[in-house]
Amino acid sequence: MRLIINAAGRYVPTEVNGVKQIPFTGINKFRPNGNKAKPMINSCIDYPQDGNKIVKNLKDALKRAGLKDGMTISTHHHLRNGDVLTNILFDTIHELGIKNIRWFPSASFPVHEYLIKYLEDGTIHHIEGSMNGPLGKFTTDGKMKGVGVLRSHGGRYQAVQDGEVHIDIAIIAAPTADFFGNANGVYGKSASGLIGFALVDSEYANKVIVVTDNLVPFPCVPWQIQGNNVDYVVQVDSLGDASKIVSGTTEVTKSPDRLLIAEYVAQFIDEAGIMKNGFSFQAGSGGTNLAFVLYLKERMKAKGIKARFVRGGSTKYLVQLLEEGLTDYILDGQTFDLEGVRSMRENPNHVNTSPFTSYNFHGKGNFASIVDVAVLGATEVDINFNANVVSHSDGYLLHGIGGWQNCLYSKCTILAVPSFRDRIPVIIDEVTTLCGPGELIDVIITERGIAINPKRKDLIKAMKNTSLPIKPIKKIRDEVYEICGVPAKPKINKNKVVAVIKWVDGTLIDSVFQIK
Amino acid sequence: MQTKNLISFAGKRGNQIRSDCFVELGSKPSGGINLNLKSKVASMYGASIEKQIKEMCSFFGLKNANILIEDNGALPFVLAARFELAVRRLFPEIDKEFLLPANKNNLYHTSKERLRRSRLYLPGNEPKFFLNAGLHQPDGIILDLEDSVAHSEKDAAQLLVRNALRSVDFYGSERMVRINQLPRGLDDLKFIVPYNVQVILIPKCESPKQVIGIEAEIDRIKKKNNISNEIYLMPIIESALGIIKAYEIATASKNICALTIGLEDYTADIGTQRTLEGRESFFARSMIVNAAKAAGVQAIDTVFSDVGDMEGLRASVLDAKSLGFEGKGCIHPRQIPVVHEVFAPTADEIDKAKKIVAAFEEAKVKGIGVVSLGSKMVDAPVVKKAIRILELSGRS
Repeated sequence: MRLIINAAGRYVPTEVNGVKQIPFTGINKFRPNGNKAKPMINSCIDYPQDGNKIVKNLKDALKRAGLKDGMTISTHHHLRNGDVLTNILFDTIHELGIKNIRWFPSASFPVHEYLIKYLEDGTIHHIEGSMNGPLGKFTTDGKMKGVGVLRSHGGRYQAVQDGEVHIDIAIIAAPTADFFGNANGVYGKSASGLIGFALVDSEYANKVIVVTDNLVPFPCVPWQIQGNNVDYVVQVDSLGDASKIVSGTTEVTKSPDRLLIAEYVAQFIDEAGIMKNGFSFQAGSGGTNLAFVLYLKERMKAKGIKARFVRGGSTKYLVQLLEEGLTDYILDGQTFDLEGVRSMRENPNHVNTSPFTSYNFHGKGNFASIVDVAVLGATEVDINFNANVVSHSDGYLLHGIGGWQNCLYSKCTILAVPSFRDRIPVIIDEVTTLCGPGELIDVIITERGIAINPKRKDLIKAMKNTSLPIKPIKKIRDEVYEICGVPAKPKINKNKVVAVIKWVDGTLIDSVFQIK
Repeated sequence: MQTKNLISFAGKRGNQIRSDCFVELGSKPSGGINLNLKSKVASMYGASIEKQIKEMCSFFGLKNANILIEDNGALPFVLAARFELAVRRLFPEIDKEFLLPANKNNLYHTSKERLRRSRLYLPGNEPKFFLNAGLHQPDGIILDLEDSVAHSEKDAAQLLVRNALRSVDFYGSERMVRINQLPRGLDDLKFIVPYNVQVILIPKCESPKQVIGIEAEIDRIKKKNNISNEIYLMPIIESALGIIKAYEIATASKNICALTIGLEDYTADIGTQRTLEGRESFFARSMIVNAAKAAGVQAIDTVFSDVGDMEGLRASVLDAKSLGFEGKGCIHPRQIPVVHEVFAPTADEIDKAKKIVAAFEEAKVKGIGVVSLGSKMVDAPVVKKAIRILELSGRS
């Protein structure tokens, strides 16, 4: 495998799984041209006139879809850790004796540890999506046949649109659907909120199979997925474990240190002048991210300030903002708890969005860069503000990128992270894996201090008189090393790339190497 | 060193353990040191952990041993405490102390009069809480050797607290330790006195003799270690007898900086139960305030133990403030800002204090002995109180 150094100074292969690659050339430097990938032409006369596309079972659907060795199969992570369908899907593929599948999930979860046996026996050739927990360990140990490809949610859409990934068969888990294939995630026992991650697959895949455990008479509304894009509908007893699809209720962290970080975040947003009438922010579901919303809410209420919109993984805390009139809209990318699902179902101002709406590189504009402030996490941040979200400092893949890379484009990107976790330093000299260039990262907020990117002179000026502990990032790094010691680098096999990290434009920003 | 095959254990093991480690130490007659290290942070710190253990082996003269370490992110000072404990448990005759370099940020001093609005209790054998406690800016941090430590782990907590006093940055909080009830508490002193402990809390104190006994032992250790810094004492009164003796206790030593009260034991002692309103402890708390003020030391209230109830906490601190207490115990960092907020003077109080201090300064400049504000005379204690209020308002 030939490696070259990209514009971020990282080694990346020139070819991955037999496909030529473009190295990262810098933020907003790469601009492919030509036409977008074209979906296959279909004609309605080839489909049942009565609209009934129900087939016997998943195996039948896969056979009708023409499943063959080496195909690309896509799934989605709306069912999160409650997903049973994907595991059954690969049982079925294995039963049919099919090999070398490229699995193209929008994300993987610990429940997919089950699929390791299919990675081992060659049913699955490699994963393009995320490699979480046990799958990450399997991959980083160099056991996967092909090279893993990690993309952001926006990058997944981009890869399909510019033809880098062609999906042969898309399997869409639908908490509610009708026989025509119209589907949504807001009703049914497996309700997940929205199913926007499957949108691109429904539009571009050769064959689309909707699998539901809640078949309703036509029409299924709202149709987050349109039946016009669907080939077959399969009815099953259960898509998964409802208690793990969405939490009954999300709770804010009780960790005093994370609450302190969250409080700092809210104070920063307020004092930097970002919190003003009509502003917008992005909030995730992590412990600190939920908590900062509560503190920000107190400040908004005290000053009589209202947001125009909030982007998020929605939770009951965002729903409260909406229902108490503190924001006009929630633009929801994925719903994390039952209150979020209820609100999306009932409230027209709780809007379902897809990666196309939010952050697709080939869109005519970028929602993410309209947002005033995004509060995100990271596994590592280095003294140049570069950040990592996919691995820890031991070099093992652990998480997916999610929408993280895309959200970095906000007007002010804040990473709210502990400075170290159980002797694992988070603020370090150089990230183990580069996922986001420091150029896009404005503020690092830790329990030990807040570092503002020196290029954000405006923010430094705005925070001149704050009571917050603003420090150079190197000072925070020094404190962390003082406490934990200077960490050794993981011992890697420099000749074996086990996975690559894509930037949002499809170029290669970094590689993950096998751990010795 | 013994040559028998013996085995000892120290620390904590299991999936739930964070920032701590488990040590199994087996001595053997020959075969050298055999270290089996299982660490969550092996790729980053495996080599430095091995180095530290080997250093400790040679420090304690350990030449032949089987060592198992299951590490869940223990920092060097924790690892050192656990390993030293395993060695001491195996060879009780060992009296050497393995000390890592002391943290230079901890050399600051305290004073008898400093603010003690909040003091945060930390269980003395739970290292994961130590490191960030100071970031929450309590006026004092108490490393507890008493009730929060299991009887069988008292020796573990002594070493861990000693190492914490040397290594953990307290970020300016006053460095406090609650020792065990006497006589065991006397044995705790040698693990804390040489390491810049600033306030020692004496639990279940009910006679001035106890204070004097502790002070004698502190003086002995200070002399032995050639230490001159002041160590203040905060007796905790937790019995009916203690309440009656409160003034005698408060005046037993010039180093007593405050009196405080423990209500769980006190209410049990008088045969009743704690209620939210606290009618049963009104007398005792007032006695503490009165005895402390008569002795010229601070009166500090007990802890509020429902960490989820911030409104209850606020009411409880307000109540304490109105009785004359100047501080409150905390068992969770989130309680600290509420306590500080309530003890902060009101805008009216600050305004009045500013006027009094200004009048005092003016009188001083003019060389007038009597300070007056409007038509009222202002006494010296009033000026002192006003200065205190301005201090308080400066840091809430």
